[in-house]
Amino acid sequence: MTEHDPEKLNVAPGAPHSNLLSETVAYVIGLGLALLLTGISFWVASTTSLWGPGIATGLVVLAIAQMGVHLVFFLHITSGPDNTNNVLALAFGVLIVFLVMIGTIWIMAHMNANMGAPSEMMNLQMQH
Amino acid sequence: MTAGTEAPAIGLTHMSSEDTGLGHRGPESKSIVVPYGFWLFVLSDMVLFSALFASYATLVHATDGGPATSQLFHRDLVAVETIALLLSSFVCGLAMITAKRGNMMWTQAWLVLTGLFGLVFLSIELYEFASMVAEGAPPQRSAFLSAFFTLVGCHGAHVTCGLLWLGTMMAQIWTKGFKQHILRRLLCFSIFWHALDIIWVAIFTIVYLIGTLP
Repeated sequence: MTEHDPEKLNVAPGAPHSNLLSETVAYVIGLGLALLLTGISFWVASTTSLWGPGIATGLVVLAIAQMGVHLVFFLHITSGPDNTNNVLALAFGVLIVFLVMIGTIWIMAHMNANMGAPSEMMNLQMQH
Repeated sequence: MTAGTEAPAIGLTHMSSEDTGLGHRGPESKSIVVPYGFWLFVLSDMVLFSALFASYATLVHATDGGPATSQLFHRDLVAVETIALLLSSFVCGLAMITAKRGNMMWTQAWLVLTGLFGLVFLSIELYEFASMVAEGAPPQRSAFLSAFFTLVGCHGAHVTCGLLWLGTMMAQIWTKGFKQHILRRLLCFSIFWHALDIIWVAIFTIVYLIGTLP
């Protein structure tokens, strides 16, 4: 059974596959992978056998991997030609999400650092 | 959930030499266009959440002498919430499979289960909020707590709306049967529900797990 009907040029996001067994298996694989990644995340967060400063980065990587699992196995976003529109919209969304998050955190961290200690501000005002 | 069975067209794959790629065949059928439009809404919703995540990350240390992340969050509760929402998302997928085949009994059963897991998630979240307020950590205590309640509360509000939508869909399937437009709405609901689980993955990692690291 082929996954992609050649007559179909576009597929709605989230539309299940066309065959009962393969679509049920897709959800079960997705559930298994998501549970596995969640379990690893909680284990990584509570263990002491890993290098401490790297744990936060590792957790973010695990979260991004789990989001990928959800997109592929639950929302059925594929790399096939019938999914081009869905993938392009997703790519644009991810771009904006990263711009907003990284841009805000970066700028606000610098502004916070450049504010300086309150006592220095007071001293500057006293000199005038 | 199938597209129109007319001639293949639209540019990106060149199957027919007559195809100009300019959409001369006209727009896709409603069963494609409506979920695609809803997909765009869901992605813009994720942009909204990214702004809330950014403000949370900026304000997480602004506790104003009040309680900080590691004193407030309980990982075991969050683990139960996470598994409840994941199972809800999974069962919602099973409901989509049976709905496509027009099986009323199983579709309603899976949808009831979807709603029950959603309710488990929501009641644990409300319990957590109530106990935080009781412990002297309401939203107005510090900038960190304002950002926390905005971010997690916004997700909880989405889940609440999703549960209301789920009840509406169950009633519509029951009274109107598996008509095309009902199945379209059900597909949009499942996109919404899976997207909420994706956002929860970011919340439990960034807010709860990283917030309670030793």
